[in-house]
Amino acid sequence: MKILVPVKRVIDYNVKVRVKSDGSGVDLANVKMSMNPFDEIAVEEAVRLKEKGIATEVVAVSIGVAKSEDALRTALAMGADRAILITAADDVHTDIEPLAVAKLLDKVVEVEEPGLVIAGKQAIDNDMNATGQMLAALLGWGQATSASALEIADGTARVTREVDGGLQVVEVKLPAIVTCDLRLNEPRYASLPNIMKAKKKPLEKMTPADYGVDVTPRLELVKTDEPAARAAGQIVGSVDELISKLKEAGVA
Amino acid sequence: MSVLLVAEISGANIALDATAKAVAAATALGPITVLAAGEGVDPAPLAALDGVAKVLHVEGADYGHQMPEALTDLLLSLAPGFTHIVAPATTSAKAAFPRLAALLDVMVISDVVAVESADTFARPIYAGNAIQTVKSNDPVKVLTIRTAGFDAAGSTGSAPVETLDPVAASDLASWIEDRVVTSDRPELTSAEVVVSGGRGVGSEESFALIEGLADTMDAAVGASRAAVDSGYAPNDKQVGQTGKVVAPDLYIACGISGAIQHLAGMKDSKIIVAINKDEEAPIFQVADFGLVADLFDAVPEMTEKLK
Repeated sequence: MKILVPVKRVIDYNVKVRVKSDGSGVDLANVKMSMNPFDEIAVEEAVRLKEKGIATEVVAVSIGVAKSEDALRTALAMGADRAILITAADDVHTDIEPLAVAKLLDKVVEVEEPGLVIAGKQAIDNDMNATGQMLAALLGWGQATSASALEIADGTARVTREVDGGLQVVEVKLPAIVTCDLRLNEPRYASLPNIMKAKKKPLEKMTPADYGVDVTPRLELVKTDEPAARAAGQIVGSVDELISKLKEAGVA
Repeated sequence: MSVLLVAEISGANIALDATAKAVAAATALGPITVLAAGEGVDPAPLAALDGVAKVLHVEGADYGHQMPEALTDLLLSLAPGFTHIVAPATTSAKAAFPRLAALLDVMVISDVVAVESADTFARPIYAGNAIQTVKSNDPVKVLTIRTAGFDAAGSTGSAPVETLDPVAASDLASWIEDRVVTSDRPELTSAEVVVSGGRGVGSEESFALIEGLADTMDAAVGASRAAVDSGYAPNDKQVGQTGKVVAPDLYIACGISGAIQHLAGMKDSKIIVAINKDEEAPIFQVADFGLVADLFDAVPEMTEKLK
């Protein structure tokens, strides 16, 4: 079984986000970028399934600026076999919407015919939590989002999902889409020899036009603001003082 | 304009607070038709919500289990004629709504925190470090509402209830089981007081201190991602960007350093209290009242004095 793993290059999760003063977005010029952390978990899960002999090949795909190749090289260094880069933007500030990404992935799936797509549950930049579900819809496949455990057997994926009330276990018929939550696994670090090896793994370069997909955004950005700041309050000296403050405020 | 609003229902249980807040958020968008899809649901509380013009009641086990494939098929059959399809941003809506949006060939707008107009909405991005306002040019707007910042709609109405047949079942996915811990404590996202523990709590056993204070204050229990990842608390207690977003009257953070990820889930609380022995912890920068103390001393003392 082949597994397709979409990965996104995003601002590194340790970088402090700065909103541009003209309200046009978040400043991504000269900031450290990395693979979306949820996507790292997806790559790890796919590679583990290959190591267990359940998957035969792991193909990583990324859609964005040409530099998204970095995220693909990371996926290859972690153990993916080959990669597809779809260059859909020239400027790092251009975010390709989940609907357009799903349409491109739909076409990639048509060519690659994977038995399973494992994706991150959301990207930490736009926080949409949508691409996996949208791809499942376009393909007419079942979906299991926010996975914290995954078992493959007899043409189905048994997935434990993190839901509001706790955990839910579902079975989806393969082929299917699974999106990863944080606790599915702990992604490995790519070793230096593997990073070197990854440079030689095959990487195919494509464009949205090759797939006949229009990536024009449906949402027009009006503005991007800093969130309202919360001022620091006061330090109290004791539990008694804290309780009396809370009673004054009418909440205890 | 007219709104189809999906009530949050698990089995027979309506999450009335979250649904009522979503109704309040959507009231400006037009008359609201609420979909009550579940198993053994009494739709009366939904029909009473102010702003609701009609309730559509559909029974089906897959709806009760919140299966996104089944819910999407049902919504597709109901969608024609509505300009907005809305739900509270729960895990079930987050699973189904992008699926629905793709089939309608529109972009989903997740986690809306402000409705500016019929086509313009604000939502947090970058874990709440920025607020993006977007205008949708799609014919139908598919939105999930982050309910924490909205007041719940009142319950003085009496909308008519219409019963519909379920649509044909999907065989793409099947429900196996829910592992849900039932608790007498208030529900995390609608509680007036939340007491949360972080890495500083140190163990699953010590988490009883947090629960003790919560019970004394009739509060819900929350946890930071660090506490959940360390196994001190279950995943459904996680407060933060990838967990639950809460805005109670009082939020007490015990042994929580205040990572941006956590702040994104609780910074709209009316009063924030931080108890932490590290006076440099970032949580103190957003706290209304900070107590620099060892939580193993302060939390039991507070519990005792509030009894």
